[in-house]
Amino acid sequence: MTTLPATGTGTGTGTRPRVPRRPSRPVLARYPVLVALCIGALFMVVPFAVVTLNALKSPTEYAQNGPLSLPHGLYLDGLKDFWERVDYGQKLWNSVLISGSVAVLAVVLSVLNAYAIGIGRIRGRTWVLAFFVLANVLPQEALVYPVYYLSKEAGLYDTRLSVIIVFTVIQSAFGTYLLSSVLGSFPREVIEAARIDGANAWQVLWRIVVPMSRPTLGVLLVFFFIWTWNEFLLPLVMLISNDNQTVSVALGVLQGQHLMDATMTNAAALLGVLPALVFFLVFQRTLTRGIAVGAVK
Amino acid sequence: MTLTATRGGRTTAAPPRRTRRPRNPYALFLLPGVLAFLLVIVGPFLMNTGVSFTEWSGVGSPKWTGLANYRELLDDAEFWASFRHSLFMVVAMAAVPTALGLVLAAALFDFVGKHFGPRLAAVLRACFYLPQVLPIAVAGIVWSWILAPENGSLNDLLSALGLGSWQQDWLGDPDLALYSVMGVMVWVQLGFPLVVFMAGLQRVDPQLYEAAELDGAGWWRRFRHITLPQIRPEIYVVLTWCTIAALKVFGAVYVLTKGGPGGATDVPSYFSFTTFFEKTQVGYGAAISTVLTVIILLLSLAGLKLQTRAEDAEDGAGGSRA
Repeated sequence: MTTLPATGTGTGTGTRPRVPRRPSRPVLARYPVLVALCIGALFMVVPFAVVTLNALKSPTEYAQNGPLSLPHGLYLDGLKDFWERVDYGQKLWNSVLISGSVAVLAVVLSVLNAYAIGIGRIRGRTWVLAFFVLANVLPQEALVYPVYYLSKEAGLYDTRLSVIIVFTVIQSAFGTYLLSSVLGSFPREVIEAARIDGANAWQVLWRIVVPMSRPTLGVLLVFFFIWTWNEFLLPLVMLISNDNQTVSVALGVLQGQHLMDATMTNAAALLGVLPALVFFLVFQRTLTRGIAVGAVK
Repeated sequence: MTLTATRGGRTTAAPPRRTRRPRNPYALFLLPGVLAFLLVIVGPFLMNTGVSFTEWSGVGSPKWTGLANYRELLDDAEFWASFRHSLFMVVAMAAVPTALGLVLAAALFDFVGKHFGPRLAAVLRACFYLPQVLPIAVAGIVWSWILAPENGSLNDLLSALGLGSWQQDWLGDPDLALYSVMGVMVWVQLGFPLVVFMAGLQRVDPQLYEAAELDGAGWWRRFRHITLPQIRPEIYVVLTWCTIAALKVFGAVYVLTKGGPGGATDVPSYFSFTTFFEKTQVGYGAAISTVLTVIILLLSLAGLKLQTRAEDAEDGAGGSRA
C-alpha cells in the first residue's frame, strides 16, 4: 500500500511503473486528499486490528495494560478456550452446510424461474417478475412468526433443513430478478439454432443457457453464500439448539447474554471475523463486480 | 400478489388461449419456483396479515378482533418511538453513507485512480468495503467491546489523548446510545454505496471531464455538473436499497443494545420480535410487522419509479430497455 503512491500515474487501465508527474498540477496539493482518504480507510480497518491484537493477549495482560497496548507474545489459549467452549467447529460446519446448500439450490431455482421469464417470455411475465421483486423487499419480520409456527407444525423446527428451505426461496427472489434481465438479452439466434437442431427446452437450458451465463451464476453463488452466512433474524428464531446454530447466531446469542469476559469477547470476534475475511479475500473481485451488475440492472 | 402467482401457475396447467405460440413449453420451468414461493413467502405473509387482525398467544386458536391491534398501535408510544428511531437509522444507513460514498467514490475514481494508479484506488475501496462482508452479529461484538464503558478501546484512547472527560458510556447512556448505534451503522454501510458509485463512474465518458477541465471547471464543479447527473440512477438504487435496509435493521440492535437502554434504540423489527417471542402477543406483533411491510413496499415502489425515470432520462428518447 505504501509503495504504490510514488509510482503509477496510469490513467484508465493498467499501472505503468514510470511517468512520475503531470506538469499542470502542483504535486504537493494532491497529497492532503490522499492522506485524508488513507486515514478514512484506516478508520474502517482499525477495529479489525484492535480485535486481533486483543484476542492474542492473556487476560492478565489485558487487565494491566488495557486494550490499546501491543501484546507481549502470542497467547492462543483464549482462542482455544473459546473454540472448545462453544464447539466452534460444529458452528462453522453448520454455517458452511446451510450457506452452501442455499447458494446452490437458490441458483438452481433462480435459473429455472429466469429461464421461463427471460427466455421463455411466458405470458404475464411482467407480473410474475413484479411478484418476485416484491418478495425480495418483503421484511422477514412479516414472515418470521408464521414460518416459526408452520415449521413447528411440520416437525421441521430447529433443523438446518428448515433454514435451508426458507433461505433458498428468499435468495432466489433476488436471483430471479437479476437473471431474468440478464437472460432477457440472451442472443436469440443461439437458442433458435439449437431448437432447429432438435434440442428441447430442457436441453437448451442445460447445454446452452447455463454454460453461457456461468459468470453471472458464479456471482450469484458467491452472493447467496455470503448473504446466508450473515443472516441473523430467521436463524436466531429457527435454530435454538447448540448443535444446529450458525456462527452468526451463536456469537450473537453469546454477546446478548453478557457472559463473556474481554479476552473471550475478542476471541469470539476474531473467530467470527476470520471466515468473513477469507471470503472477502477469495471473492473480492466477484463481490465488487457483482454489486455493480446487481445495481445497474 | 397471490393473483399474479396463481396466474403464473395457471399458464402451466390450463391450455392458454392460442395467440401466437401454440403452447409455451417454458412455463413449466416456473412451476417449482411458484410453488416454493407460495409455500414459504405468500402463505406465511398472508397468515401474518390475517393474524394481525386477531388476538393470539401462539397456542390455541386466534380470536378475531378486527382492527383493534392497529387502533392500539396508534396510541402506543413505544411503537411511535420505534419508528422515530427508524428515521435516525435511515439517516445513518442511507443518507450519510450515500453522501459520503459519493464524495469518496469521486475522490477515489477521479483523483486517486488518475494520479496514483487504479491499484491504490482498488486497495482503498477494499478497505471501505470490508465491513460489508462481516456478519452483523460479529460487527456488533466488535463494536460493543470497543464502545464498552470500562476498558473499552474508545474510552482508553480518549484518556490516552488527554481527553478523559470525554469518556462516555456510549451504548448505556439513553441520550447517546442511538447516536452510537448510528455511528456503527455508518461504518457498516458505507462500503455499499462506494462500490456501486465507483462502478457507475466507469460508465461516464471521460471526455466529459476532459472537456470540462479544459473549460476551467474545478473539481467541485465537475462533481456537481458531471458526476452527480451521470450516476443519478445509481444514486436512486442505493438510496432505495439502503433505506429499506435501514427500516429492516435488526441484528445490530439485538447485539449492540437489545433496544435499550430503556427503549432508547428500539426499532420496529426488534419491537415486533420481542412482541412475538417475549411477550407472545402474536397478533400485535403481526400488526407491527404488517405496518413495516406496507411502508417498505411503498418506498420500494417509489424508489423503482425514480430509478426507471432517471434511466429513461439518461437513455434519451429511445431507451435501450426491453
